[in-house]
Amino acid sequence: MEMDWQPVWLSLKLASVTTLLLLLIGTPLAWWLSQTRSLFKQPIAAIIALPLVLPSTVLGFYLLLLLGPQGAVGQFMQRLGLDTLPFTFAGLVVASIFYSLPFMVQPLQNAFENLGTKPLESAATLRASPFDTFMSVVVPLARPGFITGIVLCFAHTIGEFGVILMIGGNIPGETQVLSIAIYDHVEMLEYGQAHILSAGMVLFSFVVLLTLYYMNRRIEVRNR
Amino acid sequence: MQKLVSQFELQSGYQVSTSYASSGKLFAQITHGAPFDIFLSADALRPRRLENLGLVVPNQRFTYAIGKLVLWAPGAHSPEEALQQLRQGDFSYLSMANPKIAPYGAAAMEVMTRFGLSQRFLKRTVRGENVAQAYQFVHSGNAQLGFVASAQIVAAGDSLKGAIWRVPKDYYTPIAQQAVWLKRAAGHPAASAFVDYLRSDSAKQIIIAAGYDGLSAPTVSSQESLNRHD
Repeated sequence: MEMDWQPVWLSLKLASVTTLLLLLIGTPLAWWLSQTRSLFKQPIAAIIALPLVLPSTVLGFYLLLLLGPQGAVGQFMQRLGLDTLPFTFAGLVVASIFYSLPFMVQPLQNAFENLGTKPLESAATLRASPFDTFMSVVVPLARPGFITGIVLCFAHTIGEFGVILMIGGNIPGETQVLSIAIYDHVEMLEYGQAHILSAGMVLFSFVVLLTLYYMNRRIEVRNR
Repeated sequence: MQKLVSQFELQSGYQVSTSYASSGKLFAQITHGAPFDIFLSADALRPRRLENLGLVVPNQRFTYAIGKLVLWAPGAHSPEEALQQLRQGDFSYLSMANPKIAPYGAAAMEVMTRFGLSQRFLKRTVRGENVAQAYQFVHSGNAQLGFVASAQIVAAGDSLKGAIWRVPKDYYTPIAQQAVWLKRAAGHPAASAFVDYLRSDSAKQIIIAAGYDGLSAPTVSSQESLNRHD
């Protein structure tokens, strides 16, 4: 039985890049949501949460149209002299950012909201700049939120299927990720290979979640 | 497929309930006891496997349609131009069904190999999970060329953009789509009526009009696979 491990590495790479970018995008977004009283707060929170309730094929279908040469984003990319995103690794990263956004933003927003105003006020009386306050007060206190966000984003991106099926094009080494490889094995009736990869996914997901729960539990106990 | 079912229902008075999925998924469901009476596969491979597993009524496997492969180039004005686009690599992406799981994909790869192009465009070949997705990649403009099913072109009608190159039949192994009668339905009058209907001239007419070659020699040899799809 011949095993091809490239899809496994590709999934790990996709999940790492996506999680890193989501940390950079999700943190300010979650902070804004936790602090704002803007009228747009609820609509924006609802848009971010859409991937939680939409079938991923819906998201994938619209991304294919939007990012394609006839879509608004695709036409913009072409005007800039860039290639369109479907069927590329970069395209998968963009899609995964949308797809996993709520998994980063929601835990962070909860963590930020639970801080209350006191730590911020104390920092302000010590004349800390807002950025300084954020890095040395908010981030350490919101650590469980960060851990949860990072772990869930990573695991969720590893498990992504429908969106990638719609916009990936199944190119080995470029867009053929783990979940797609499993799907192909099943369709080819290669149940042995499918079992190895699937059992690996189940084990991986279980270990990830277990670690997450233990870590957050330890932090809770320590903060008591 | 809907046309076949509704004509059969009208003629026979039986009610048919259909479950559409890819041949690979249906195969997996059947081997795990799914309650189907007749399985119309988009290929010949899965029905043959079911026969080997002893899950179907023996010697009843037959080809109900033969799929035809075409090359679709929405930007071309003639079949020759479409073919030239392929041979010269004049595209960003070429779309086809996944050759490993879909017969139309396997046929497309045979054509590419014949032209000596199978390796050259590997990184620019996108593979749909089935021929429906191969079509969709071209239709959405993301691929400029695609190997699709003649039946899809027929279904699109006049709204289709560009040109079609009909791949000569001797360029690829015939895409035989076979039907089998599952053992649980052996002797079932409605199932038997449906099998008879599929082999009838009126069913053949519908199949040919839909863009397939009709043929129903009983239990066909080792012809290769294809995918019809959903």
